[in-house]
Amino acid sequence: MFDLSAYINLPLVWGGLIAAAILLYVLLDGFDLGIGILFPFAPSDLCRNKMMNSIAPFWDGNETWLVLGGGGLFAAFPLAYSVLLPAFYIPVIVMLLGLIFRGIAFEFRFKAHAKTRKLWDYSFHFGSLVATFSQGMILGGFVQGIQVQGRIFTGGGFDWLTPFSLMTGVALVFGYSLLGATWLMMKTNQQTQIWARKCALYVLIYVAFFMGVVCLWVPFLNQQICDRWFTFPSMFYLSPLPLLTVLTIFGLFRSLIHFGEIKSFLLAVLLFVLAYVGLAVSLWPWVVPYHLSLAQAAAASESQSLLLVGIILFLPFVLGYTAYSYYVFRGKSTEDAVY
Amino acid sequence: MGYTENSKIVPLKRIVTFDPVFLSRIQFAFTVSFHILFPAFTIGLASWLAVLEGLWLKTNKDIYKDLYQLWVKIFAVTFGMGVVSGVVLSYQFGTNWSGFSDKIGNILGPLLGFEVLTAFFLEASFLGIMLFGWDRVSRRMHFVATLIVAVGTIISAFWILSANSWMHTPQGYKVTPGNILYPTDWLAIIFNPSFPYRFLHMTMAAYLTTAFVVGGVAGWYLLKHRYLKHAKVMLSMAMLMAIFVTPLQVILGDLHGLNTLKYQPAKVAAMEGLWETRKEAPLVLFGWPDEKSEQTLYSLAIPSLASLILTHKWEGEVKGLKEWPKEERPPVVPVFWSFRVMVGIGFLMLVTGFLAITLLIRKRLFDSRWFQYWCVAMTPSGFIAVLAGWFVTEIGRQPYVAYGLIRTTEAASPVLGAHIFFSLIAFVIVYAFVFGAGLYYICKLIRKGPRGVDPHDTYGGHGLKKPVLLVPGVKVDTHHV
Repeated sequence: MFDLSAYINLPLVWGGLIAAAILLYVLLDGFDLGIGILFPFAPSDLCRNKMMNSIAPFWDGNETWLVLGGGGLFAAFPLAYSVLLPAFYIPVIVMLLGLIFRGIAFEFRFKAHAKTRKLWDYSFHFGSLVATFSQGMILGGFVQGIQVQGRIFTGGGFDWLTPFSLMTGVALVFGYSLLGATWLMMKTNQQTQIWARKCALYVLIYVAFFMGVVCLWVPFLNQQICDRWFTFPSMFYLSPLPLLTVLTIFGLFRSLIHFGEIKSFLLAVLLFVLAYVGLAVSLWPWVVPYHLSLAQAAAASESQSLLLVGIILFLPFVLGYTAYSYYVFRGKSTEDAVY
Repeated sequence: MGYTENSKIVPLKRIVTFDPVFLSRIQFAFTVSFHILFPAFTIGLASWLAVLEGLWLKTNKDIYKDLYQLWVKIFAVTFGMGVVSGVVLSYQFGTNWSGFSDKIGNILGPLLGFEVLTAFFLEASFLGIMLFGWDRVSRRMHFVATLIVAVGTIISAFWILSANSWMHTPQGYKVTPGNILYPTDWLAIIFNPSFPYRFLHMTMAAYLTTAFVVGGVAGWYLLKHRYLKHAKVMLSMAMLMAIFVTPLQVILGDLHGLNTLKYQPAKVAAMEGLWETRKEAPLVLFGWPDEKSEQTLYSLAIPSLASLILTHKWEGEVKGLKEWPKEERPPVVPVFWSFRVMVGIGFLMLVTGFLAITLLIRKRLFDSRWFQYWCVAMTPSGFIAVLAGWFVTEIGRQPYVAYGLIRTTEAASPVLGAHIFFSLIAFVIVYAFVFGAGLYYICKLIRKGPRGVDPHDTYGGHGLKKPVLLVPGVKVDTHHV
């Protein structure tokens, strides 16, 4: 049985990998879900066709990162997986149901008559909205921390439901909308693009507001987070993060005003990355906040080693053909039914 | 169904009292049964689409392209439903079976991780090209994309069936304090004793499921005198599978059964409805296994045949259920009956192949109306057999999740029964809606037929259902001209 634990810090590497997988999921499915959230507000059915076509070839691959995040957590930190999922039973189930309505809408909408198409439009919209809101609440509940004794979740079924998690739920809805709107600026033209820009500008104000709220609220949730951000020397090392975030928000405003297509999308992505890194820094080294660290929840080193070999062998290919797929479907999307 | 501590209570009461283990079992059984219908169809369909596109590339005949473009749409709908119902499963291990995840995450986690890395991404990315890439990549590249998706479905089946088989025949592990399992030999884990049989048996089942759906649609077109050229190609290819793959599947099933007899004899005893250990055990064709009186009532049996099938000797000894204490036995009735449903359908599939050969020899394969009805009736047969087969093997694994190691009762999550009850209701409602809509659109696609093809374009475009010579007072149906 080979074991890499003598050479590398496996829990650390795996923590990084899972975090990266979840970040990629948030970015990639973020713009899909964001488009779903904005869907009913689009000016015409033609626009809606374009919006749908701009993500139809990708959504399935994007959602696979969620499976890798979950599957990876199961493989690398089974203890965290078995504590966290019962704790978030209700929002996880609701998220999954939302994703079902969102996912089937792609296929069914293309095949429906004009009359029933409305049904799938709403299925797409509410599915995306509910899934996003649930994800935001799970994130909020995660940051708050959960009750654990030994290897088992011991809290109640509604512990996750607090003003803070409701706020993060709403915040993520605006966040994904921003990703969706800037994606549309890049992938569509004419009326749709003009509308998307208006949406992005509008939504960005809310995103900036909620980022401010989160920054003020999170340090009060937990002493550790407060100390990390407001004591020397860590405060000094971390200070570039909020500064960069503020700069990015201004940059994004400017880019939207000057009609930057690719630049706006990339800046929105950067904004998400910065927020994500800020969160990761706050929660380090917990995988089940304030109870289980990465090292405590780690799977057997043989298990982490085996799957790490798999990651090294296959992940480059995955990234390669994912990029290829985006390359094949480059350029502006059209409004016709594609196949 | 199962055996928790309070197994004496009737199922309905266990639902009303919100027994979390029982509700989780129903929820998992429901979501996984719903899910398996889609892979069972898409595994076969992906391979068939690759064959069709390959034939089109080679022969340049439009008929193959027409068929590809019709079935790829059906594939897309089915695949989409498979994806969304599959994501649910990958999270249910944690939401409902956290005890299981904690105890055997070290073993099964990497296997599922490999499935995502080597199959899911592959399928998802190239599916996009397969569906939307016609004008964006070359014909050859498009064929490669189809081929990759087909291979991806089989790789996916490889990993998930390896993980599932390990739960039936675990090996290559050690148990540490707290009943947490650690891996000791990966090859032993992945290639556990029941895996090769289960993998081949399930892959063949998927191919047959697809073949009988394709055959059913062909039968329907022939009955309706529509798309006759296409229907003939479909029916020929479907019957080829019925003739050659069904007997192979019967042999594989027999081997799989022998493997089960070796590692899970209690399951086989339940399948056979045998209570007493004996030589020259009879094969019970039908009957009602009664768990209270520990005998199979009203049984219709053939003497010694079970011994012959299971031990390949007339006087071979077969173990009966009484060999095991009551709390070690699987629920007998569902295992016994599901097994008969699966075998019964296998028999009907064999008959279909036999009929096809007979009709082919008599040159009546395409114009026997009763056979067309037969094919239409057989359309769902594969799905039913797949579900029945999984019921046999999974219910037969009870009362354990990992056979002999971890009991189902130890595997459940610390979630309130009431919450599981409501999530179960939500899943039933949502899945009924999704499945209903999916089935509706698939039927609609089939009714519409291949795109750009006149449904009656068979005899030189006259728009007639029969050749001109057979129609008295030739009239041209302007509607179709």
